[in-house]
Formats: sequence, C-alpha cells, structure tokens
Amino acid sequence: MYSFEPSEEQKMLIDAVGKYAVNDLRPAAREAEEGRLLPPKLVAKGWELGVLQASIPEAYGGFGDRSAVTGALAGEELAFGDLAGAIAVGTPNLFALPILLGGTEEQKQEYLPKVIEGNWTPYTSALIEFAFDFDPLALKTTATLKGDGYIISGEKAYVPFAKEAEAMIVYAALEGVTQGFVVSKGAAGLSVSDEAEKMLGLNALPTYRVKLDGVKVPKANRIGGDSGFDFERVLASMRVANAAAAVGVARAAFDYARDYAKEREAFGVKIAQKQAIAFMLAEMRTEIEAMRLLMWEAAWKLDTVKDDAFIEAYLASTGAADMAMMVTDRAVQILGGHGYIREHPVEMWMREGRGFAMFTGFTMV
Amino acid sequence: MTIEFETPKPIVQTQFVLKTVAEEMMRAKSRYFDEHEHEIPWDYIEFMHTAMKAMGVGSLAPKEKSNGGEESKEKRPPIAYQMLATQMEMLSWGDAGMYLITPGGGLGAAAVQAAGTPEQKAKFLARFVEEKPTMGAMCMTEAGAGSDTSSIRTRAVLDEKNNEWVLNGEKIFVTSGDKSITEYEKLGKGFIVVWASIDPSAGRAGMRSFVVESGTPGVKVTKLEHKLGIRVSDTASISLVDARVPFDHILGSPTVEKTTTGFKGAMATFDATRPLVAAAGLGVARAALEFLKEKLAENGVQIRYGVPRQKLTNIEREVIDCEIMLKSAWLMVLKAVWMADNKKHNALESSMSKVKAGDVGTKITQKAVEILGPLGYSREFLLEKWFRDAKITDIYEGTGQINRLVVARQILGYSGAELR
Repeated sequence: MYSFEPSEEQKMLIDAVGKYAVNDLRPAAREAEEGRLLPPKLVAKGWELGVLQASIPEAYGGFGDRSAVTGALAGEELAFGDLAGAIAVGTPNLFALPILLGGTEEQKQEYLPKVIEGNWTPYTSALIEFAFDFDPLALKTTATLKGDGYIISGEKAYVPFAKEAEAMIVYAALEGVTQGFVVSKGAAGLSVSDEAEKMLGLNALPTYRVKLDGVKVPKANRIGGDSGFDFERVLASMRVANAAAAVGVARAAFDYARDYAKEREAFGVKIAQKQAIAFMLAEMRTEIEAMRLLMWEAAWKLDTVKDDAFIEAYLASTGAADMAMMVTDRAVQILGGHGYIREHPVEMWMREGRGFAMFTGFTMV
Repeated sequence: MTIEFETPKPIVQTQFVLKTVAEEMMRAKSRYFDEHEHEIPWDYIEFMHTAMKAMGVGSLAPKEKSNGGEESKEKRPPIAYQMLATQMEMLSWGDAGMYLITPGGGLGAAAVQAAGTPEQKAKFLARFVEEKPTMGAMCMTEAGAGSDTSSIRTRAVLDEKNNEWVLNGEKIFVTSGDKSITEYEKLGKGFIVVWASIDPSAGRAGMRSFVVESGTPGVKVTKLEHKLGIRVSDTASISLVDARVPFDHILGSPTVEKTTTGFKGAMATFDATRPLVAAAGLGVARAALEFLKEKLAENGVQIRYGVPRQKLTNIEREVIDCEIMLKSAWLMVLKAVWMADNKKHNALESSMSKVKAGDVGTKITQKAVEILGPLGYSREFLLEKWFRDAKITDIYEGTGQINRLVVARQILGYSGAELR
C-alpha cells in the first residue's frame, strides 16, 4: 500500500523532537553560530530525547529497532530547529549506526552500550577528505592489511567533535573498497588539528582535520570483521539523513520567509499579496514537498531493503541539496536587504543550504 | 497509519496489462494519428472499451452491489484514485493524446462524480459500462474566460413552466467535446458538463454546471482545433443556442446563496482531477526520459549513479536531475490521490502536484530533445511528439500559474480577494 502519514509513535517522536528544536535549538542558534560554540547542556538535552537510543535493540542497551524512516522524520525536525545543533546531537549516530548495520556481534556488544548508555559522549566518524572531487566510494585514505592488523594512512576533514572523541570510525580504501575501522582516542599516528575548521556555515559545529600517519588498528577493529561490511548501505543512510536535514533547513527558511511576507508591507499591501512573492513561496513549498517525499521513499526503501535503495538515496540527497539552496536563497531574497543582515536567520540558512552538496558524512539515520 | 511506498498488487497487475496496451495499441499508431489530425482511432476506442469492461477498471460508474447475503470481502484501504492515476500515467506513456479519448466519461464523468447526487451518478454514469464506448467532456473555457472561470458568460435560465434549464453560450477548448456531443454510430450517447451562470449578478456564487446530453437540440460543434500536440484528441468549440435540459441536470444546488459554496463545491472537481492530469503529464515525461536513456546507452553513455556530482559529465548530471524531478513529481501525485482516496482535503497537494508535473513534463521532454540533438529533433522518433504533447500538462486543468496561485493562497491562508 501507499501511505503518507507517520504512525502514532512517529508522530509523538516528531512532536517531542519538534518542541526541542523550536524551543531550545532555534533560540540558541544565532549566538552559537557567532560564538562558534554550542552549549553542552543544549546538546545533552537533545540527546535525552533518545532518538538514537530508540534505534538500538535492547540487547545492546537501547530500546527499539532502527527505522530509517523514523530517523529521517526526527532528523528533519532537528534540522528545522538548527542544523549545527541537529548534527551535534546526532554525532554519536555516526559511530553507532554503522556498527549496528554492519558490525559483528562482538563489535555490537562492545561498542553500542558504551555509546548509548548514559550521557551524550563524543563518538564520531571520519569520512570526508579535503578534495574537490571527494568520493566516498573512492577514498584517498588507505587501509592495508599487515600482520595482525590494518595500517591506515591519509587525511580526513570535517570530522565533528574529533578533538574530544572517545573513538571514531575512520573510512578508508582497503584494496579499493571503502571500509570502516574503529580508531580509539590517542592511537599512535592519529593527530587532530588544534583549531576547529572555519566554514561557510555551521560555525557552531566543531569539526576538525584528522591526520592518520600509519595508524595501526587490530583486525578486530574492522567493521564487520574479516569479511568487512557493506559500506553502500551506510552511505545510503548518510544520504537520506542529509536529505532529511536539507528538508528541515529549507522548511525553516520557507516558514520564516512566508511569515515575513505576510507582515511586511509595500505599496499599501502585504508583499505576500504580490504574485512575484507569492509564486516564489508556492514554488518553494512545492519543491520542499517533492524532496521530502523522495527522501521518505528512499528511507522506506532502506528499511525494506529494496534493490534500488542506494540509487534512490543518492537521488534524494542530490535533489534535496539543490532544493535547499534554491529555497534558502529565495528566503533571503524575499526578505530583501533585511535578509542580508545577520539579525535575521535566513542568511545563516542560506549558508547552510549550499552545504548539503557536501555534508554527506555529517549525519546518519 | 504509516509511511509506505509499496505499490498495491491490483495496481501492479493493471500496470502490467496496460503497458502492453500502450505499446501495441497506442505507440504503434502514435505517428499516424499525429499526422492525420481529426481521424478517429476506432480500434483503440473499441478495444479499450471492451478490455476495461472485462477488467472492471477505469470507469467511475457505480459498481453493482454484491448480494447482501454473502459476507463481503475484508475491508481494504481505498485505492480508486491511486488506480486511476496509475492508469493515466501508463496510458499517457503510450500516447497522451490517445489516452484522452479513452472511453469512460473523462472529465464529464469526473464532474458528475464530484458534484452529483447519488441519483445523478446512477443516471449519468451507468452508460459508460454499457455496450458501446461512450464519451464525456467538460465545457468550462470560453473565448473570454480561461482560468478566470468567474467571467463565464454562458447563461442558464430556468423555464419554470416546463421545468427545464435553457442554456445559451459558446464554449471552446472542450477536450473530447466532439465525441461526447456529436452522434456517432459507433459511440453510445455521451454528454458534456457545461458551466454556466444562473445569476450573473451573483458572480461566482451563481456558477453551476449542467449535464447536456448528446442529441440535445441547439447544441453543436462549431470547430475542431489544430494543435501543437495531443492531436488525436479532439478539442472542440461547442455552441449552445436555447439548449434545453431537464431540471435535475443541474449539478449542485439550483438556488443562489450569498456565499460561493456552490462554486467551491464544483471547483472541488479540480482537486480530484488535477493530480490525474499531472499523472498523465508524467507518463509523457517518463516516456521521454526512458527514450533518452535508451539512446544514450546505445551510444555507450552510461549514467553513473552514486558518483559525486563533481565527477559526473554534464549529460549524466542532466539525466540524474531529470530522474529526481520525475520520481519526486510522481510521489506528489501519489500523495494527492492517496489523500483523495482517504477523503482528506487535498486542495494544496493536488495543485502542488500539478505545478510540479507541469514543470517536470516540459523540462524533461525539452531536455531530452536538446541532449539528443539531431535525433531528438527528428520525426523519425516519437520524442519530438512527446515534447509537443507534454506542454499541455502545464496549460490545461489550470495553467501552471493558476495552480501557483492556488498553492500560494493555501499556504498563505489568503482568499481570492487577498491574493489576486
């Protein structure tokens, strides 16, 4: 059957997450962006909503089963509040979910309870590399089997919370195939940049460059053990999350621009009463809907293990990235000069809007 | 409730059957009828009528009730509109013009379905499952009233003595108007649904629609248009001169209230039909995109999905963008018809799906012709025809601009007066 309405349980989650996003994340967003710091209490509160915990089975310390659809719904709501906050709250997902999806039983037993029981703790993953043609399926960072372990070498960029991370999954090419390896804090040969990276947007999110200079990890640290794991599934999940976040940010910008247009007067009427503005809003809303549905379908295909889930996730991520740029750009345009001023959030969303073209690896559902 | 995208089994089966129909009965004749405008593809019409009757699909006619004694089947979620959308998409993938002359009542029947009483539905819709194929049409547009339906000049006056409505006016752009109103030996008695004012001083509140049957004196086709595309579908001008219809042929209330409830009720037809028209447009778009990919593959061009955009060729990027547009537009159609099936108010979703399909249908067909260059421009292939056919989606059933206006009013909470 086709059906387009979240379950009662999902609605409750959306409601809870939505309240946090609007009441906590959003009001703190501007200051966090300017001060380049997310209040730890804010992140802790988001963690307590239990989005990730609800995706992990009881056997590993959680209280539910993973659903990409549910994760995407939550991800959209969080990003609607504030993208940097959303990514921060979800950073441990980047470590836990690949292990849940592709890890061996031992790895699940070892790592999952540590990540999800208790307070938000920085566990992360390192995927992106600092190259214009960065390709998750053709990484420049390499892993080589040597004796009883793997030697990892390369450089990663945009690794959230790398500085404090207890452990991270480092993605590297093993005989040309992308695989994941758990690298613990303080491993020999692992170095993290002193300063957080400075970006076009997302300044509240601490991300770092990570250098791996012949880091040696035991064989047991390869996700999925000796036979490895299916990275494409993880990548698809990252892409769905990216699309969900893009929809969330676009929705934030759309709502803001719509409300502004209904308040702002020019030539004796509200500017929303002018077709030039009204049509922009109509198109923004239409494109948001289009990409939201594509993202939902991709998530559903992941959950139901459809053959084309990987392609669909790619299309959703690509389409949502373009959509988010278009919508956030128009939001600034609708506010005109005011949109360009940092008193309003739309310029921040516009800077984030461009990022979805490269954010894959920041979020996962 | 849940979020799910599994195509229901009956729809999958129908798609399978209709694909063969589309290939053999439609595509095989597409070029001929495109080049012989106003000729009628009787083979297709008769075949479809027989096939649809046998399958019990594609018609809005009331279903016969099963015996009361037997236990009725387990209640399944309603999928009638989802089924219709899928059928229209697949038939338009075959030939968008030919799909429009599929017997079954078209927009005329849809109007009766949306605004008629149970008695009217029984009276007017039963004919579509009888022996001969039968057509229905909707007459809305006039020379001076396109999307601005409140400017309609056609009048309906009640002749109280004879208890009849007397209609006068001139309608244009009536899809299947000729086959619905002109008497053909091979067709059953069709009808048109005519929009007219019963009280011009009341503006929109006075607007009503009337069922006018084939053979009604004073009604005739005055012109058949020559069009850019969908040429096999007749687009008629119809004049009504003192055309008399029985009192109970009015759809909606015969009295004029101060409000525009009557008008809005009738406009609800569009909430139901816009996603269907969108679906049809997407069928053309899919045909074009599939053809494009096929030709590229023949020429050794593969589309590398999953590869970062920075590494893709321009052609790959264009094709991937087309896929994103097409898939997401189709999901918007599905959501709108799913809402209709589940009796949810879908004015916003319905118009958004039409906005999107109008954009996507034109962009994809235009892009395909562009990318294939000399191949795309040639009449050796059907692609150039699809380019012409697709454009209608952005025009009929409310232009893209009108639908943007509808969407904008919905999202802004504005009335027609607040956002003109």
